[in-house]
Amino acid sequence: MQILTLLGLFSACFLANSINIENSAGQFFSSGHTNNWAVLVCTSRFWFNYRHVANTLSVYRSVKRLGIPDSHIVLMLADDMACNHRNPKPATVFSHKNMELNVYGDDVEVDYRGYEVTVENFLRVLTGRLPPSTPRSKRLLSDDRSNILIYLTGHGGNGFLKFQDSEEISNVELADAFEQMWQKRRYNELLFIIDTCQGASMYERFYSPNIMALASSQVGEDSLSHQPDLAIGVHLMDRYTFYMLEFLEDIHPASKTNMNDLFKVCPKSQCVSTPGHRTDLFLRDPGSVLITDFFGSVRKVELTMDAINLTDPIKQMEENPVNGEEQKEVYSYADQLPVSEIIHQKPKQKDWHPPDGFILGLWTLILLVFFKTYGIKHLKHIF
Amino acid sequence: MAAHRCSCWSWLLILFSLSVFVVADIHETTPVNDHHGGVDHNAQTAEQTADQPAVEERRWEATEVKEAATVDAAADIQGTSAPETVVPSSVPQPKDDFQEELVIRPLHSGDIYASFQFRTLWDTDFMRENKVSHYRLFPKSLGQVISKFSVRELHISFTQGYWRTMQWGQPFIPSPPGAELWVWFQDSVTDVDATWKELTNVLSGIFCASLNFIDSTNTVQPSASFKPLGLGNVTDHSFLRYATLPREIVCTENLTPWKKLLPCGSKVNVPPFTCAFFFLKKRGTSMPSVSVLSFLLTMFSEQAGLAVLLKSEKLFHSSFHSQAVHIRSVCQDWQCKTTSWELRQTLNSVFDLHNSGQTKREWSLFKMFSRTLTEACPLASSSKLYIDITDNPQGEQFELSPATSLLSQAVVLGDRRTFSVYDLTQETTFGTVRSLNLLIRWKSNEGEMLRPLLHAERYVAGYGLQTGEIHTLMYNNHPYRSFPVLLLDSVPWYLRLYIHTLSVTSKGKDNKPSYIHYEPSKDRVKPHLLEMLIQLPPNSVTEVTVQFERALLKWTEYPPDPNHGFYVGSSVISSLVPSTVAMHTNSTRERPLFSSFFPCKEESSYFVRIYTEPLLVNLPTPDFSMPYNVICLTCTVVAVGYGSLYNLLTRSFQIEEPNPGLAKRIANVIRRMRGVPPL
Repeated sequence: MQILTLLGLFSACFLANSINIENSAGQFFSSGHTNNWAVLVCTSRFWFNYRHVANTLSVYRSVKRLGIPDSHIVLMLADDMACNHRNPKPATVFSHKNMELNVYGDDVEVDYRGYEVTVENFLRVLTGRLPPSTPRSKRLLSDDRSNILIYLTGHGGNGFLKFQDSEEISNVELADAFEQMWQKRRYNELLFIIDTCQGASMYERFYSPNIMALASSQVGEDSLSHQPDLAIGVHLMDRYTFYMLEFLEDIHPASKTNMNDLFKVCPKSQCVSTPGHRTDLFLRDPGSVLITDFFGSVRKVELTMDAINLTDPIKQMEENPVNGEEQKEVYSYADQLPVSEIIHQKPKQKDWHPPDGFILGLWTLILLVFFKTYGIKHLKHIF
Repeated sequence: MAAHRCSCWSWLLILFSLSVFVVADIHETTPVNDHHGGVDHNAQTAEQTADQPAVEERRWEATEVKEAATVDAAADIQGTSAPETVVPSSVPQPKDDFQEELVIRPLHSGDIYASFQFRTLWDTDFMRENKVSHYRLFPKSLGQVISKFSVRELHISFTQGYWRTMQWGQPFIPSPPGAELWVWFQDSVTDVDATWKELTNVLSGIFCASLNFIDSTNTVQPSASFKPLGLGNVTDHSFLRYATLPREIVCTENLTPWKKLLPCGSKVNVPPFTCAFFFLKKRGTSMPSVSVLSFLLTMFSEQAGLAVLLKSEKLFHSSFHSQAVHIRSVCQDWQCKTTSWELRQTLNSVFDLHNSGQTKREWSLFKMFSRTLTEACPLASSSKLYIDITDNPQGEQFELSPATSLLSQAVVLGDRRTFSVYDLTQETTFGTVRSLNLLIRWKSNEGEMLRPLLHAERYVAGYGLQTGEIHTLMYNNHPYRSFPVLLLDSVPWYLRLYIHTLSVTSKGKDNKPSYIHYEPSKDRVKPHLLEMLIQLPPNSVTEVTVQFERALLKWTEYPPDPNHGFYVGSSVISSLVPSTVAMHTNSTRERPLFSSFFPCKEESSYFVRIYTEPLLVNLPTPDFSMPYNVICLTCTVVAVGYGSLYNLLTRSFQIEEPNPGLAKRIANVIRRMRGVPPL
């Protein structure tokens, strides 16, 4: 009965709104993208860099909540904080004091982890130059209609970002990788966010079109961490990402919030550093770019009233009754430790060995020659 | 704004159609429910409640099935347990079948061992010409892996923590710390190594693990260990590959894809629903639709059956966690003329309840998993919960509530164990509160654990960073019987084994192995492989020692944290241990899942595989840190810059006359005598 009421209510409203639908149809594909991707990277190893993992996971949580599926997120975490032995609550990563918000969640999928997070792998993911057997979950399968969000966090300096405390990526390399992506038509628009010391230095060399970039600090500034937690013993998050997460938590798939609002996140009074942004490469006005264009995957749905005939129904495979024919063979399990078989197992001959007959023949020849030469009567001199 | 409303209505439409679909679905399923507990349900429960106090003594499972009693008479004489279910042969068997099972064993150390097993059977042939395309219970991702890579058998496990055999006894399914993968390929595979490499890459994507680090440097091809666990007699070991990654971490990201393989374990996460829900909330639509929605949400986000207990926050807060996937072919029927594929997903955990701030020794499902059981997986043909009460026959050790009258006996790992059984497919199991929260209250702490007959340990001896010695100790605790063990050691190339120092001693005497297979390593190409068949004398310790030298790595070969050390994977010890009770050799018999993993050939002994600790070895490591670089740079500047300047300032320079020849010297003497200036 409730269903019927709902149906009635629904159809009435639908009729009233049908005029508006046609008017708004033009806005459906205004942003020019059809799919969304996210590459979220934490480049720091070791427990005291807990906050960098929490940074990345909080962005992961937001984009997943706003509709980008796990298959479209490439998540790279350089160390395992959740199941680290120092973590008092295993399988959790908290971004707020007093363990309020678990950003790790119960269904996280980490694509690159531990030693796999290297500069080489990161650049390969961006440019798509991966070995052929790489699984789909580890690839960025974007096209020229993809909006890509790239988020990096770690320790950096003027013009570089350290990976795993052992290697670094420079801003020139990063800019060239984006140019390669542009030339290979791997993105439609790209949003680059970096939370590291002197973060603005990382985007100043970009030269490819349609890139918008944000950084947590200007050149010469340090990015600072936010609250420490006494139970966990380290800082939980960096200031910039903390306030960005706070901002993103209020976003829902239908939000009209635009990029200009994101630029205002974390002013110097909160961040201590000065967040920077760069929009000169971007073609659209940031005020017209929705947050959900990058952080979410909002599908516009169009309904059709036309009936579609499926002319070619899927044919059912004819199942052959295999049981009909009698099989003679009776299967059996293998012996797990066949002792006598193992003892008599011949060691595999690795090197080439002359056949036994050849060796036998050779010895006979030697003996024949010996007796032919010395004869039987000389044997007493030998023995 | 118009677009906003439009999309809102479109969402509503989708939502509506889905709700209709779901309601239709419910109507379809209700008759099934009626069958169990419909009209006569009340009468039945009334009867049972009346019966329950009267029938106080425990029932054995066999007496449940009337027809089975006669059939199993022979089995009962031998003192074995009766099968769980007897399927009438006239009913057409479903082509695929799913069973789930949880075994809980209170350990003598005060810990709790929980072992989940989920088994999917499917009578299909992945190797035939036309690809298998319709999947019901079997996960498609694994089915495609089997057919693409021609896998005959696949065993993969992810483990965190080390199984303490001496405190906990033998696990139902053993696994080494880190990740372990061993695969038998079909004989049709031509390039096994290439297929293996590709397979590891694909599996790393499926299980979110770093399995792509498996390459030729940590893969071995055992010559006698790791015989196939499934059907088939072909044991050409060139189709076998084995690798371990002892350093692999195991966390929620590995559990998530593992759970998704379960028919009842995957959480369907549909963003449009939350989206639509939001719209309705915002617009204040009438209450009925909201209630339908919340119902929808619960319908789609809840798991069912034993899988509800798999919460990562609790599972990883344990002393030991191991999850595994085993794929093999098993008999389809008792004649064993046809095979079917078996996918067995296992998860073993040991919970340390003292550690988690519990003063009283008391344990419940809710405390352990933060969930209670409310229903069986609707797709499962059998869903059972076993509690091991072997050490507690009269209830003097601990108390179990709610009590069950159903008991079962099973022979597992050479021992006959008694279990209390809770059948989750029965409505009565859940009682009036419609949820099962099992509670164990300990009464006493006494109790001796039977010492495991076989256990092993391993350590690195020696000092300094150049050489060392690996000691492997194997204990045979049987008072009067000796038994054979097969030891497999795979050591990475950067430890150069001195194989001439290999010694095997037991009771102070040399113990000559009856079979030795050794493959030397190649730098940066392949690891050492050592396999030995050793007879362990009764009541003895057998020690295997071998010396090694540490190799120097190239500086790019060091990981980012080289000072942590380098891992050497566990030794694998396979053995046929004498059994105190007769083992079941009939592999086709219906048995609980936990006792039917290793096939058994003879009654007097059972097969067991144990793993030693992985080793952590320090290699000579250059100091990659800043001071090292600073010192090097400063020294260079001092040596080159200051040194040459000092030289310039302190030395006096003069042109050295070349030594003149003999003729010239004579000429000069003559010239001097003549008073002419010399040449």
